[in-house]
Amino acid sequence: MKLKTFKTAVIAGALALGVGLTPASAATLKFAFQGSLKSLDPYSLNETFTLGFLGNVYEGLVRRGPDLAIEPSLATSWKVMEPTRWRFNLRKGVKFHNGNDFNADDVIFSANRVRSEGSDLTTRIPKDAKFVKVDDYTVDVVLTSPNPILNYEWGSWYIIDKEWAEANNSVKVTSASDDSATKISLASNGTGPFKVVSHEAGVASKLEVNKDWWDTPKHNIDKVEFTTIASDATRVAALLSGELDMVYPVPVQDLKRVNDNATTTALTGPELRTIFLGMDQIRDELLESSVKGKNPFKDVRVRKAFYQAINVEAIKKKVMRNLATPSALMISPFLFSKADQFQRYPYDVAASKTLLAEAGYPDGFEVGMDCPNDRYVNDEAICQAVTSMLAKVGIKVNLNAQPKSKYFAKVLASNGFETSFFLLGWTPGSLDSWNVISNLHGCRDEKGNGSPFNLGGYCNPKVDELAKQILVENDAAKRDDLIAQAYKITTDEVAYIPLHQQGLAWGVSNKISLKQRADNVFMMYYVNKK
Amino acid sequence: MSDQTAPQIDIVEKGMLARALDSDIFFSFRQSKIVMAAAVVTLIYFSMALFAPWIAPHNPFDLASLDLMDGLTPPAWEEDGVPQFLLGTDDQGRDLLSTIMYGSRISLAVGFASVAFAAILGITLGLISGYFGGFIDTVIMRIADIQLTFPSILIALLIDGTVSGLFPESRREDSAFWVLVLAIGLSFWVQYARTVRSSVLVEKEREYVQAAKLIGLKPLIIMFRHVLPNVLGPVLVIITINLALAVITEATLSFLGVGIPVTQPSLGTMIRIGQDFLFSGEWWITIFPGAALAILVLAVNLLGDWLRDALNPKLR
Amino acid sequence: MLAFMIRRIFQSIIVMIVVALISFLLFRFVGDPVNQMVGIETTPEQREALRVQLGLNDPVLTQFWRFIWGAAQFDFGISYQFKQSVAEMIGKRAPATLELSLMSAIFAMLVGIPMGVYTGLKRDSWLSKFFLTFSLVGISLPTFLIGILLIYVFAVQFQVLPSFGRGEVVQVGFWSTGLLTASGLKALILPSITLGLFQMTLIMRLVRSEMLEVMRTDYIKFARARGLSRKAVNFGHALKNTLVPVITITGLQLGSVIAFAIITETVFSWPGMGLLFLQSVQNVDIPIMAAYLMLIGFLFVVINLIVDLLYVAVDPRIRVTGLAQ
Repeated sequence: MKLKTFKTAVIAGALALGVGLTPASAATLKFAFQGSLKSLDPYSLNETFTLGFLGNVYEGLVRRGPDLAIEPSLATSWKVMEPTRWRFNLRKGVKFHNGNDFNADDVIFSANRVRSEGSDLTTRIPKDAKFVKVDDYTVDVVLTSPNPILNYEWGSWYIIDKEWAEANNSVKVTSASDDSATKISLASNGTGPFKVVSHEAGVASKLEVNKDWWDTPKHNIDKVEFTTIASDATRVAALLSGELDMVYPVPVQDLKRVNDNATTTALTGPELRTIFLGMDQIRDELLESSVKGKNPFKDVRVRKAFYQAINVEAIKKKVMRNLATPSALMISPFLFSKADQFQRYPYDVAASKTLLAEAGYPDGFEVGMDCPNDRYVNDEAICQAVTSMLAKVGIKVNLNAQPKSKYFAKVLASNGFETSFFLLGWTPGSLDSWNVISNLHGCRDEKGNGSPFNLGGYCNPKVDELAKQILVENDAAKRDDLIAQAYKITTDEVAYIPLHQQGLAWGVSNKISLKQRADNVFMMYYVNKK
Repeated sequence: MSDQTAPQIDIVEKGMLARALDSDIFFSFRQSKIVMAAAVVTLIYFSMALFAPWIAPHNPFDLASLDLMDGLTPPAWEEDGVPQFLLGTDDQGRDLLSTIMYGSRISLAVGFASVAFAAILGITLGLISGYFGGFIDTVIMRIADIQLTFPSILIALLIDGTVSGLFPESRREDSAFWVLVLAIGLSFWVQYARTVRSSVLVEKEREYVQAAKLIGLKPLIIMFRHVLPNVLGPVLVIITINLALAVITEATLSFLGVGIPVTQPSLGTMIRIGQDFLFSGEWWITIFPGAALAILVLAVNLLGDWLRDALNPKLR
Repeated sequence: MLAFMIRRIFQSIIVMIVVALISFLLFRFVGDPVNQMVGIETTPEQREALRVQLGLNDPVLTQFWRFIWGAAQFDFGISYQFKQSVAEMIGKRAPATLELSLMSAIFAMLVGIPMGVYTGLKRDSWLSKFFLTFSLVGISLPTFLIGILLIYVFAVQFQVLPSFGRGEVVQVGFWSTGLLTASGLKALILPSITLGLFQMTLIMRLVRSEMLEVMRTDYIKFARARGLSRKAVNFGHALKNTLVPVITITGLQLGSVIAFAIITETVFSWPGMGLLFLQSVQNVDIPIMAAYLMLIGFLFVVINLIVDLLYVAVDPRIRVTGLAQ
């Protein structure tokens, strides 16, 4: 057979099999994400997608609404009885998917389990907080110090059925060294709007609606089919061809194509994640640099020179296709009321060169840079752009762009912070500045004791002191003042070089309507399909 | 094969060029327009790669000269195109024409280095294996079997993993090139070894080799001076085809994340980056490097094809 | 004959042990799996405990023995990232890869053999030259680009074929097959072409050169002289003779087809072993990587062995050389 005839035959055959792809039955939602769902145990991985997906199956005491406001969920109300005692009133008549009743015992069990060995979510609840059962539907949380943001991260701390977990050998969190999978990592039993029907780790998962959900459904979905599609081009193609109802993320360069397509729309919005550059300021000599015997990044002028050498507007326009908001702070302006008091240092090549010369590096120097290439929106392209911008002020950057698994293995505390200059992104899980200050700006030692994600080791005791005050301050206005003071210091000292808040980009078929949440969580229980 | 031994001596006497121009091979070369076109294209690529720093309009590897605001410029003849960037620019503002020239240079360098590595390794092992036979032969051929068990891309993934595990401090920019050469080269040597070995098995029984042995020539000298020239034909064919394969493999590996760093892109890296722009309307970022790679590989493959037929006396 | 078989099987076992050794040694350098398995807050003491639990601190020989012993019983341990039995995971993924490889081989032969015959018989026709050149174009572009271009044309522009996945699969015992449903068959088309293109070119060229040689043999000349029709000679005698090496080569190529499926599977999100392997390389999931490599090695050795034994059974000349070796 000739190749041409063969191709025609293939097309003809495909046509014979039924032109156009069979439309999904009206109420099946089909969607794809770039990453995979590895385990169904809601405590084994602290990662946005995993927890967001499981949030359609499990529920916490509280939940975040489409606008990220805290809403009652399994707790109907709560009250701070005294600064160190919170009371939660639990919802009555809620059943787990297996028919078991939800009650205070499940909350206490979950509170212990989430803080047990192997859990990746131990920080959801303070270590020394005590959960006290008042009656079957009332739980008190007793703290050792006041904590105004106690429940801020509880939207992704899900309640597990005690009886089910005990009956299925799932009391222990599935940990890295376990030599067999526990029931809870392969199956689920939540209270949420959907039940897991099948789950093939790394490939696909299927859900069906929970008809006995306690809340009034705002969706009309009967079934959900989730597939992992890692390749950007394939994911976009699957949306454009109508095979899927929703895919995310959509690469920023394909947004126009998705919008121009008659049956799809690109849904964009500001995300809460801040992308920034960090510098090693703790070592006496950089690991990867031409400068020997000293660390140029210890000099604030060098850090500021780097800052001013970067044309963040060009990155926004060319790399991010305007789907980014340049940021002066390490937190999104949506999450901090006084954000407008802060301005970025202007892009100024001449000023940057002067600063470098003053610091004793008129001819610049060489430094290694670590960058992930599959973690953030166009991360590798941003790093490349930074590399060529710094070249213009004489800094030779040796770019090491690597997959996120290798990147994080290299730069995190577990490997002794092996980096000199890096790109990282951060979303505060509590949607609050204290998270940003204590995780990224607190002093730490070489092992990471202190502020574990402060990869560059920036340290100013005054900031640490402010962080302590912020944590226990119950008055919102005073608290924001303290936060502003901390940010003033870290901005003046160029602790980091914030770049931008990246944008959300979801590709959505016109057949469905949904709500986009700014933390990139996809709530299937808000989807309506025509 | 045997009838080629005598002319070998002639070549030295009559002068290579005159003899070559007179040969059947050159005749068959002139017969085919496709082959001549392929040769011209290959030559153009080689000179482009060699002279890139002098003939390219820009130096895309000089990061300080790049301006992000030049990024995504369409080709000169399109709307918004500028004559300064004939084929347009990529997302970082690199002139595509210049980057293709520099990229071909890197792709060909990887190709030649890995083929040279494979050929030297394979020929040497093949000669040894065929000439000495016995235990050495069995060991080398079993190693070849094991080698074949691991396809090239698997070998490359493993070598890359091993290198970055062994030398975590080493910058990728330094090591990437050699990792590729090692990985691609290692996956090719078996073909040379097998071809050379089987030729040697035939040749070593011939009288001239026996005679050389009798007059006391060392085995090494016999092998290199008398046996090797007779297997050069098939080896040349393999080299040509492997060169094309090496360039393609390099591109494939860059898709899998093993490859030349983005700041000094090869053709493969360019395509890998460019495929992100396939749906978005900036077609030139993929299509031009893709076409450049396809034309290069096609031309080299055509030459290899022709060489194979031309050197096969049975098909003349 | 028996001695030859025993020796070949013995050699195969040695090859497998060496493959195991190489995989095992390489993985010691790929990176520290513990890094990928625990959260950032895990202390060095906990990490050390985990290493002990995983047996990473045992003497190398002990570890190697454990690996080989497990592998011999098809037990490759538990995946670090998925916490599931590796043998089970690979077992689940294998049908996808094997069906894809099989379909691509069929595609390669169905297209490659006729084109090879044609170009072999009509050496100088322009169509032959076109086939020869055109088939080279297919292997002059990297596989991933071909895959994406096919998706763009057939899934996005014409919307006739799916762009990802296996479509609907049917469970037949332990085997999940996409061959029994329309959507499963449609899903196979683009990935099979992408994966089979290289083999197709190879087969076409092989058939062509075999045809060219066979047509010169006395055997064919006699057949002609006996007045057999051209068709009977071409297809009854010549083609039959070329098929043995073609089938052998196709069989031997199976290992590399499965390996190249890594790329095709990545592009088409095909839930096979290749995709699993690539993910595990990125996540330093050593048990999966080791199992995959051993499986590829095993397949290759078995195919080699079968081919060798078949040769001995079929061709008496080889039996002599085989014994003489």
